[in-house]
Amino acid sequence: MYDFAYHHPKTLAEALAALKDKPEARPVSGGMTLIPTLKMRLSKPSDLVDLNGIKELTGIKVEGNGVTIGGMTRHADVASSADVKKTIPALAQLAALIGDPAVRNRGTIGGSVANADPAADYPAAVVALDATITTTEGKHKADDFFKGLFETALKDGELITAVSFPKPEKAGYEKFRNPASRYAMVGVFVAKTAGGVRVAVTGAGPSVFRVKAMEDALSKNFSSDAIKDIKIPADGLNSDIHGSAEYRAHLVTVMARRAVDQANK
Amino acid sequence: MTAATGIGARALRTEDKRFLTGTGRYVDDLPLARATYAYFLRSPHAHAKIKSIDTAAAKAMPGVVEIFTGKDTADAKVGGLICGWVVKDKHGQPHKAPPHPVMALDTVRYVGDTVAMVVANSVGAARDAAEAIEVDYEVLPANVDLARAFDKGVPEVHPEAPGNLIYDWEIGVKADADAAFAKAAHVTKLDIVNNRLIPNAMEPRAAAADYDKGTGNYTLWSTSQNPHVLRLILSAFVLGIPEHKLRVIAPDVGGGFGSKIFCYNEETMVTWAASRVGRPIKWTAERSESFLTDAHGRDHVTHAELALDKDGKFLALKVDTIANMGAYLSTFSTAVPTYLYATLLAGQYTTPVIYANVRAAVTHTAPVDAYRGAGRPEATFVIESIVSKAAAEMKIDPAELRRRNFIPAEAFPYQTPVALQYDSGNYPPIIDEAIAIADYKGFEARRAEAKARGKLRGIGFSSYIEACGLGPSRVIGQLGGGVGQWESAQIKFNPTGNVQVLTGAHSHGQSHETTFAQIVSDKLGVPIETVEVVHGDTATTPFGMGSYGSRSLAVGGSAIMKAADKIIAKGKKIAAHLMEADVADVVFEQGTFKVAGTDKAVPLGATVFAAYVPHNYPLEELEPGMDENAFYDPSNFVYPSGTQICEVEIDPETGVTEIVSFTAVDDFGNIVNPMIVEGQVHGGIVQGVGQALHEAAVYDKQTGQLVSGSYMDYRMPRAEDVPSFKLANKVTPCPHNPLGVKGCGEAGAIAAPAAVMNAVRDALGPVGVQHIEMPATPMSVWQAINGGK
Repeated sequence: MYDFAYHHPKTLAEALAALKDKPEARPVSGGMTLIPTLKMRLSKPSDLVDLNGIKELTGIKVEGNGVTIGGMTRHADVASSADVKKTIPALAQLAALIGDPAVRNRGTIGGSVANADPAADYPAAVVALDATITTTEGKHKADDFFKGLFETALKDGELITAVSFPKPEKAGYEKFRNPASRYAMVGVFVAKTAGGVRVAVTGAGPSVFRVKAMEDALSKNFSSDAIKDIKIPADGLNSDIHGSAEYRAHLVTVMARRAVDQANK
Repeated sequence: MTAATGIGARALRTEDKRFLTGTGRYVDDLPLARATYAYFLRSPHAHAKIKSIDTAAAKAMPGVVEIFTGKDTADAKVGGLICGWVVKDKHGQPHKAPPHPVMALDTVRYVGDTVAMVVANSVGAARDAAEAIEVDYEVLPANVDLARAFDKGVPEVHPEAPGNLIYDWEIGVKADADAAFAKAAHVTKLDIVNNRLIPNAMEPRAAAADYDKGTGNYTLWSTSQNPHVLRLILSAFVLGIPEHKLRVIAPDVGGGFGSKIFCYNEETMVTWAASRVGRPIKWTAERSESFLTDAHGRDHVTHAELALDKDGKFLALKVDTIANMGAYLSTFSTAVPTYLYATLLAGQYTTPVIYANVRAAVTHTAPVDAYRGAGRPEATFVIESIVSKAAAEMKIDPAELRRRNFIPAEAFPYQTPVALQYDSGNYPPIIDEAIAIADYKGFEARRAEAKARGKLRGIGFSSYIEACGLGPSRVIGQLGGGVGQWESAQIKFNPTGNVQVLTGAHSHGQSHETTFAQIVSDKLGVPIETVEVVHGDTATTPFGMGSYGSRSLAVGGSAIMKAADKIIAKGKKIAAHLMEADVADVVFEQGTFKVAGTDKAVPLGATVFAAYVPHNYPLEELEPGMDENAFYDPSNFVYPSGTQICEVEIDPETGVTEIVSFTAVDDFGNIVNPMIVEGQVHGGIVQGVGQALHEAAVYDKQTGQLVSGSYMDYRMPRAEDVPSFKLANKVTPCPHNPLGVKGCGEAGAIAAPAAVMNAVRDALGPVGVQHIEMPATPMSVWQAINGGK
């Protein structure tokens, strides 16, 4: 990797100060994407601001009618949290499906959501559960947060402090792993929420997206049969040696059906 | 010796203590004072002219010691890398041998081809400098699609190989095959691709070299499967350093699978440059470099036809194969699709007439050479695929069709129509046992039950033969191989009675330190704890050929047996002297020399001590010391055989194939350590499953970029992909080596691709799928079910 200045702040304020006025500085949380990128010399930040020492960013709290997860909380902690399992079991299941044990014990929810990898798991839960992303600048609604391939509403120097998930009536997540990388080739999170049924798809397109036709059908009849004939168009979906756009489009329906069955269990 | 450690015992692995506690010592672990580090600049293009290379700015960067380009090595008259096996084409002409410079001169020929070597005080400094080297390329169209490599207008890789043809080779008589086909009641035709694989040893290739100015001695530490052969090649052909001035050490090596047999340019360059920079040089491949530059495996496009009579007896087999050599001919590349492939096309069957035509192509891709099984997996995949297809077409049970055509037990030794003479075997009991273990009779009920759950269930057979234990040197020489294929051993007792066993074989995962010690312990009656197996250093071990082609036990183990016989013979003479008896009356039993019919006895240890402290010793007749050498050259290959049965269940919605049952019954002859053999079979099967369902080296057909260049895209098999294997053995001892052993290292990988794919085809047949290639990935299975969309 190229040389960079390394900062290890103990507080959020110190972290923000280290990032301030440095357009080429990068925060690093779990580093699951950034560190390999640095090692392959595909990224050349001036400064690396390591958030791992900031205690105030970790932890899981059951608040009101939902769960709030600190931005630096590891996937393994979400997967094993009794509070998450009780409140939103599908979210704990999703966290348990991310990567492998090494990734789950290092990667963080804030890092995953901020990175907005098209194949990451968390964006599906954030959008389907209509979560709120709290940052050092304010709050973002899930539907307005993910803007495209690796693009979010975050501004330079803005850090995610927590993600709040309202408790759904029921929810399920099913993921078809990329055979090689184990990222989501297609991941579908289905939630029956206070605001209606929401279906969010990750992995299949450049960014997480909702499937309105399925949401409408499931609002009338929350069963997998209700969506079995709903096909989504392949146009614009990702295509690679593991999955053509057509195959991914097909898998969206299969995974959505299975996610509904999961939610109804 | 004791039942717990002798031949046939499940002795725990001696080497596991250091491997499991993280104290193995690999090339990269080597502490070398004043070391420098090498980084190789790789071509980003599959085919390009190098118009200019400017290293001036890079040389001026901090920490840079020296930068070399192809011009430097050419000026210094560094020889090219060699292909050590001359294959003669159908007209008797030797194969085309384009030059293989250690670094590209004016043309790069694959993505990863070496353009420059940077030597610096750290890896980081070397990499920084490599980025500052300015190379002006004129990018040219690339030849990447193997099936079209010989087509008109396809870019040529080398002017020395017009039309990209390295050789057009054949075995058998085509007219005889045509005549047999004319009488056939049924002909089965098959077009198949044997997918290209990347070896992916856990330890990437590495090299470190040191030059001693005072003595002129070079030392090379390399991740080699055969350090003596590497030294021979570097000395005699590439660098010209005399063998006695070059020591090659292959310390602990983390897997090879064939990819570490060959002489590569990086270890050559590191050795050459060490004397020029006057400091040691270390290099360890990054994983990305391993993907790009380790010799790849397989990569065949084949058309085959099988002629059968009305009862399903095989009349003749015709095979037409295009084999990919990659951009340059690697060390043994030419032999793999000829003598290690087409000579195996009889399989376990009495097929009386076989004709095979193999054309080797150069392409703008990484070199291709031997990879676990080397030619024999490709042959087995052709035979066992076409046999199962014929069974389906003729509506004959696939096990029954195999049985009708097996070489009968009484026919051994059996001369096949494709050069090999099988020494031993008994195939029908193997398939019978496999069928019993796999509960073949219950399969249709299981298929029906799976169907009720919406799943497609299939079962597949693969009955393989392999020729391994390379090999009889005389035969290898007649076929064009450039080296002998014997093995060496030295058994060296120390005065206090413990033993060093020096072998020319090399262990990089095969557990020689345990298996060879078991042989010595058993044969000489010494405790296994007192036996140390030494390998991998040309300065301490006798010249030997190394480990590949499942040869270490059959050839190297046999050499150890011969050396042990010499120890016993000498010990008898010493014991006779000590007991004042006639040598002819002395017998050796369980570590003790005895005079038959008396209570006189002398333990082996006492003869050893007498040999080193010869106060009471027949010095007039015997030299002191207890140190014996042996070389063993086998009279034939060994021929392991077996049958695998794979059962799969496919989810038609997603295309995911699950292996629900896997049975393997093998005949490896006598077995020294069943636990280690099972480990070899497990690993081999998993590699075969990887080829069948997961792994594919994918190059972009236009640009020649390696698309599957990391684990993000190259799908290795995982533990969760396979069930618990059901294994059994049948034993027909090898009749021509002293241990009666055959080889087990490659069998799993040789047989498994056909077993898995026959199961997949069986599962998909009922939904109308006619054809599917390896790897049968979820997408490709789904596409096959859905008419190729």
